[in-house]
Amino acid sequence: MSEKAYMVPNPATPNKAVEFNPDICVGCNLCVDVCPTDVMMPNPEKKKEPIVVYPEECWYCGSCVEECPRPGAITMLHPTQQRISMNWKRKATGELFRLGMKNPPPPNNRPPSGG
Amino acid sequence: MATWHEYVQKSGKVPDWPYPVNYAKVNEVVTDVLVIGGGVAGLQAAINAAKSGVKVVVAERGHAKRSGSGGAGVDHWHGAVTNPCSKVTPEMYTRACYDSMQGWTGGHVRYIITKESWDTLLECEKMGVQIRDVNDEFKGAEFRDDKTKLMFAYDYRSRHIVRVWGWNIKPKLYEEARRLGVTIHNRIMPTALLTTGGRQGNRVVGATAVNTRTGEFYVFKSKATVICTGGAGRLFLFDPEMTASGSMSDLNSAGVGQALGWNAGAEFVCMEGSGPNRLSGYSYAPYSMANAHNTYHGVPIVDADGKEVPWADAFNRPIATQQGRFLPSEGQDFILGEGIGISRYLPQYRNNDLARDLPERIRRGEFKLPLYADLTRLSDAERHCIFGMMVGNEGKTRIPVYLTMTQAGFDPDKDLFQAPVMMPEGYAHANFWGTGINTPPTVRGPGGGGFLLDWNLRTNLEGLYAAAGGTIFGGGCHGESHTTGRYAGRHAADFAKNAPDPAVDKKQVESEKVRAYHAVRQGRGGNGWKEINVAIARIMRDYCGQYKNEATLNLGLRLLKELRETELASAYASNPHELGRLLECHSLIDVGELMMKSSLARKASNSILDFRRLDYPEVDPSDWNKLLPIRQEGDKAVTRDLPLDFHLKAPYAADYEENYQRYCGVQTNKDGK
Repeated sequence: MSEKAYMVPNPATPNKAVEFNPDICVGCNLCVDVCPTDVMMPNPEKKKEPIVVYPEECWYCGSCVEECPRPGAITMLHPTQQRISMNWKRKATGELFRLGMKNPPPPNNRPPSGG
Repeated sequence: MATWHEYVQKSGKVPDWPYPVNYAKVNEVVTDVLVIGGGVAGLQAAINAAKSGVKVVVAERGHAKRSGSGGAGVDHWHGAVTNPCSKVTPEMYTRACYDSMQGWTGGHVRYIITKESWDTLLECEKMGVQIRDVNDEFKGAEFRDDKTKLMFAYDYRSRHIVRVWGWNIKPKLYEEARRLGVTIHNRIMPTALLTTGGRQGNRVVGATAVNTRTGEFYVFKSKATVICTGGAGRLFLFDPEMTASGSMSDLNSAGVGQALGWNAGAEFVCMEGSGPNRLSGYSYAPYSMANAHNTYHGVPIVDADGKEVPWADAFNRPIATQQGRFLPSEGQDFILGEGIGISRYLPQYRNNDLARDLPERIRRGEFKLPLYADLTRLSDAERHCIFGMMVGNEGKTRIPVYLTMTQAGFDPDKDLFQAPVMMPEGYAHANFWGTGINTPPTVRGPGGGGFLLDWNLRTNLEGLYAAAGGTIFGGGCHGESHTTGRYAGRHAADFAKNAPDPAVDKKQVESEKVRAYHAVRQGRGGNGWKEINVAIARIMRDYCGQYKNEATLNLGLRLLKELRETELASAYASNPHELGRLLECHSLIDVGELMMKSSLARKASNSILDFRRLDYPEVDPSDWNKLLPIRQEGDKAVTRDLPLDFHLKAPYAADYEENYQRYCGVQTNKDGK
């Protein structure tokens, strides 16, 4: 099977920084507006999720997620080298977990203090 | 669709720049007070200037609603010594900082901070920031005062460090600034301060800048200007693909404000000081791994078998109880707390910490790696306060740690949180996630130096004020940035009320315009900004590291100049974003030159500044126990001598409070009301 290929630079490391859920995102670009370092740019197609243009300039503050009016539309992703480092162990059973694991445990839905 | 790669491969097209680009357009903005840098210091400056009725404009590099090192949140507020529960006075706190640094910090700035820190926090509360346990989540806890509902950190007896729910502090400041009619220009990269007659050392009357989305040129004309920018975080290391998520300052930290001041003729002190650049180095995402420092102070650390690591007090005596980790020990008046911009602590003010011989005990096999934070050993209140209140409000913790970890299933009631696995020496400091041990020793950061300010927080230049923790001599971190911004903004407004209209020099504006757009007129095959930044960092690591001499410093200066005149001069910017980053490279070189010239001026080694001259190896000789203010006159660096306690010598009074009353600009009674 032959496939079309493009001459593009290597993907940046990290290449994502954030991930959009196109079913929830309405392309309002509020995240684009507040990002301190312009990691994202508006999609040329209106009402579509923004494009991550400068992922290596992200400092992972989470402003874009806080600003998003539609929960779940945007998720902050730590670089893989950080995700692989965030590990924990259940005290009672000794089970090992890490951020980004294949079969993660159910979420802990306790909100932070103050709401 | 999310990444650029995905877009290009799906559409077969490179997307156009999404904003209209117009490099030729000039925008003129006239104001009473111009604030450069819209972080927490800048918005406080703007808010407090606006309160006195003058017209205020903020020029911000990112977007002022969220930007800046402080924009990502705060969980505890230092130096709030005038809060109703505090057992510490401004004099005690200032002396503790000044004596710990053996005089190498601005005592006047420290005093101003401690006099107004609590008032500043109360104003934040009025803007909508939660500073009390209003929901009674922690009722009855040792760290809480049940009458005021205030909660405290580090030192539960002295009660001068207030735990705060500051995740939204920046949006709240932003709303307040807008409510007061402050005009905010976002995505602005300043290129120069404007001075009367275009001459260095004259009164500052505005600034020129470029918009990094549209490329448009800005001429700001102001009666008074306040510089509130961050430090030069990218000066010694530029490797964001490795380090950005581990950093506590974003990529916009390019020392732009210091470069503006240096070029305009402002005086700086202690720019020869530097230290290991732990927090911008090869660390893990802040607070994302087990540690027992700062936000996590007091957390039980256990080894792989569950054996707990003991704690020791400032005099290296064992601390028997968990409660004791949060109390001063015998011989201590109070605990100062960490993250206040000082690098040395006298034992009578130092924090309790994990056993200091932990690295040796790990090497001997007494504690087995990996180590874990066992939050389950804490009381319910302390556990939920540390992971839920502090983690959740501290900078870069609400989304990056609290939401991310809990959604992935982490439960502090049940789980052991793993510490980084590193060389045993790495466990000598309880801030494990900073992993100083993994950062090459050549990676350093500017340490404690900055603009030399008077009791008005004014520079030596008429009309130019400065604030913000990382930019001024005597600054600190989050709270200190708010408080100095508030004070400097008030004073800039007072000056502006009686100042003549700003007359900018047309020739200076025109030559700045040529300089600012140089990079968009170069051949398209030129270097990009990243390669230049990496080269600047290499020069700084090699020629301005911990050990220096006259010859290496002069070689370093030569190479910075070479880089500016060759590779940087031919670098090409294909859009306004890249142009902004290349202009930042100029600022980085300016700050690098400032550090090297300051280093040449001090012909003696100095332990507090961590400054080692191989050609002047004697450490701390008494005749060099003085500040060396430095400024530019043309291409020449001019220095003078200044005593460390200049802020208590003529023309100032010999007493902190007397000076404060004379210069603070507000009427206060004895209680500070």
